[in-house]
Amino acid sequence: MVRALSTLVGAVFVFVLGIALWGTVSTAITEPAPPTAEHEFHLSPREAGLSSAGLFGKFDLRQVQRGFQVYQEVCSACHSLKYVSFRDLKEIGYNDGQIKTIATEWKIEQPSVNPETGEATTRKNLPSDRFPSPFANDVAARAANNNALPPDLSLMTKARHDGQDYVYSLLTGYRPQPAALLKHFPDAKTPAGLHYNPYFPNLNLAMPPPLTTEGQVQYQDGTKASVDQMSKDVSAFLTWTAEPKLEARHQAGFASVIFLVIFVFLAWGAYKNVWRDQAH
Amino acid sequence: MSFPWAKHYEPKVPLMRWLDEKLPLPRLVYNAIGAGYPVPRNLNYFWNFGVLAGMALVIQIVTGVVLAMHYAANGGVAFGSVESIMRDVNAGWFLRYAHANGASMFLAVVYIHIGRGLYYGSYKAPREMVWLLGVVIFLLMMATAFMGYVLPWGQMSFWGAQVITGFFSAIPVVGDTVRIWLLGGFAPDNAALNRFFSLHYLLPFVIAGVIILHIWALHIPGSSNPTGVEVKSEQDTVPFHPYYTAKDGVGVGVFLLVFACLMFFAPNLLGHPDNYIEANPLSTPAHIVPEWYFLPFYAILKSFTADFFLPAKLWGVLAMFGSILLLFFLPWLDSSPVRSANFRPKLRIFLGILLLDVLLLGYVGGAEANARNVILGQIATAYYFAHFLIILPWVARSERPRPMPNSIMEAVLNKQEGTSITHSAATA
Repeated sequence: MVRALSTLVGAVFVFVLGIALWGTVSTAITEPAPPTAEHEFHLSPREAGLSSAGLFGKFDLRQVQRGFQVYQEVCSACHSLKYVSFRDLKEIGYNDGQIKTIATEWKIEQPSVNPETGEATTRKNLPSDRFPSPFANDVAARAANNNALPPDLSLMTKARHDGQDYVYSLLTGYRPQPAALLKHFPDAKTPAGLHYNPYFPNLNLAMPPPLTTEGQVQYQDGTKASVDQMSKDVSAFLTWTAEPKLEARHQAGFASVIFLVIFVFLAWGAYKNVWRDQAH
Repeated sequence: MSFPWAKHYEPKVPLMRWLDEKLPLPRLVYNAIGAGYPVPRNLNYFWNFGVLAGMALVIQIVTGVVLAMHYAANGGVAFGSVESIMRDVNAGWFLRYAHANGASMFLAVVYIHIGRGLYYGSYKAPREMVWLLGVVIFLLMMATAFMGYVLPWGQMSFWGAQVITGFFSAIPVVGDTVRIWLLGGFAPDNAALNRFFSLHYLLPFVIAGVIILHIWALHIPGSSNPTGVEVKSEQDTVPFHPYYTAKDGVGVGVFLLVFACLMFFAPNLLGHPDNYIEANPLSTPAHIVPEWYFLPFYAILKSFTADFFLPAKLWGVLAMFGSILLLFFLPWLDSSPVRSANFRPKLRIFLGILLLDVLLLGYVGGAEANARNVILGQIATAYYFAHFLIILPWVARSERPRPMPNSIMEAVLNKQEGTSITHSAATA
């Protein structure tokens, strides 16, 4: 009885799937999905080759500091960094005095309340503050950016596939639209106000190329600020903002793996010893 | 319960004797996982996975209880509170990565445990109740894992909740009302997040309770074994302690080693990048995919693309739930008296196909829904149902099993003789 019923139920499911399969196959033959510009011209990110990548990854603090300088002078005009505090900069090698200076001299002030009148106002940043957002709210951000919302950058390198390579590739990937694309997909011409970038999922990005000229940032450590270098540096900085505990994690990982290898070895010895007289 | 030759608990220290008279807890432990539980001597490493699953649950509860001290279940701050755990809570990154990857480890171990049961026929009489309780645990785990994934309130959390609660709207007539009642609103929001958090905290303890029943039911017939031959005499068994505690120690070590490699060196490998973007009801991600452990079921859901009497969506939901619920009937679908697939040549082949089939479903569940993948998914789904509902009952009746050993000890000795014969042949 159970078997007859189960065969019936199984046959029904298989039959319905057969109908669905017939539909899928006939649609695939009669109306094959047309190729899209995104599918043909989107590129996978190029490797940034940062020192934090891989199992033994460690931050190159000088590079992270250079990346912070790029964020400070270029990106922070539009992008917030709302999960990072000024005090966190200590982890990338700034001392308390430098952090205090960076906080107080930051161009955008913290929203606050006037203690006398209770009216909304702003005050200078403290090391304990999060990085302030360049816009008061999303509506203001969209109004200032042609209705595009500049995303928060705190987690950017974890919020995209191959994040650090993606940031590097996107920043260096702006170029004119290839002639082949316009020839085969005339409808996919980049609309006015957008910018062609093959590393962006739909190929057209609202952000204008942010890093355009060599020496756009004057590096304090004298490194030559090519567009490629600045892009790598800012990618290194955003890797740190997204995963500040990366080095502690790798260290704990090595300690754990060494401990566990010894543990497995001892446990296996104990197992062999306990079972030595038992056939199994 | 247990075999007549099982050792009896004899407290040696006066304190333990006193405790045993008032509350025989040490006796219970002794009989459950101590020397008082005789176990077949021929278990292989696949029999470690029950203990590993239990340990994974303990890890989830311990890390989860501490995480709950820092997490805030409110749509406005949930995402930020997870980030503050990652940045500001002492060793918060460790707790969160251990909990997130611990869920994957738990499900992985349980899938191997279920696979062990399918291959060695652990679901058959007299262990049907063990199997049924196991399926209940699996269902509870799926619910717990899903609700846990919603808590960080990232894009995949929100849209995953949207899709999964959407299943209920496939129910004819009352579907939408039921969905709104379950969510406490028209879309996942604060009300849903709060109740998911509450249930996510509750269900692991329900799982722990059902695990106790699962082990209780197991200890009545005793553990199965790779030959599928029942225990006949004392020489077939060894006491659980120290023999299997020692063997489980090796398994625990290897499990923790894999776990450590995953959570310390690739903690986001199994997650989706979109979940590091805060939930936004106005922006739908390009591909909504569940966690890896749900992908085969997601593929089954997506494979029903044709309306036939019922809408395609309802077929998909019925099939997805059916694909798990059919496991409840497994002990009665497979009528073969032989348990272990080692002695069932035909079933072995079909189980091999089933394994590849489920892996293919997992691939299709996560892949882009183009024509090729949909076709693969539909064929793979058809095999899944055919395997359990048509092939398995048929194989049970039509196949001729290979000769079985008379006892566990005989199987063990034959195996040793076999190796010593080949060894002496090689040296001769």
